[in-house]
Amino acid sequence: MAFLRAEPLDLARLVDAVTSPERGGISTFLGLVRNQHGGRPVVRLEYSAYAPMVEQECAVIIDEARARWPTAQVALEHRIGALDIGDAAVVVAAAAPHRDEAFAACRYVIEEVKRRVPIWKREYYADGSVGWVDPTAPGGSVPARPEAGQAG
Amino acid sequence: MSEANRTVSVQVLLFARFAELLGTERLSLELPRPATLQSVLDQLRTLPGGGELPPRPLLARNQAQAPADTALSDGDEVAVLPPLAGG
Repeated sequence: MAFLRAEPLDLARLVDAVTSPERGGISTFLGLVRNQHGGRPVVRLEYSAYAPMVEQECAVIIDEARARWPTAQVALEHRIGALDIGDAAVVVAAAAPHRDEAFAACRYVIEEVKRRVPIWKREYYADGSVGWVDPTAPGGSVPARPEAGQAG
Repeated sequence: MSEANRTVSVQVLLFARFAELLGTERLSLELPRPATLQSVLDQLRTLPGGGELPPRPLLARNQAQAPADTALSDGDEVAVLPPLAGG
């Protein structure tokens, strides 16, 4: 299964993938492209990734969630490439017999994705400038070279 | 001792801002033995743009994050990872 997807994400498909008769609760997370970052208007963005490591890390995260909540079934996908405002960037669906495990597994997966998975975000701002999102930098981004190649 | 025995040959992958800084997404490096991930960083810093790399970037060996003192073997894939921004 590929966690990185070049085509639009489909939450309903992920929900279907985790649905089963014994699991009565499904928690989902849908992350969308925001129209601003730190107050700067954003018009679009590009995700790039270290794809083989993304696939490995995501599989490990899913395995960890299964080990912690053995009754849960979890699905995860992340977009790659060019996205517009409002596009789905990441989707998580976690199904379990009851809501506590479903919420917990869903939360665990999205937090670990943000913490560990090698994906980068190039933001295009309304003023024509471009930046790399950097959670460790003041303001949350550093300038990018507008002439650089396409994200891949 | 042959040249091949005295050096470690690795593929280095650069991403996002770091690829911009160095002007490439991939390069091959020959490192003197014993080589670690830190040796890769030290060599990258000598290249044009490499001086702008941060002091302690995230590093990966063969697609798993690893500390800078991790030893390298011939054929390893090394990645230098900018701050992660997925999700």
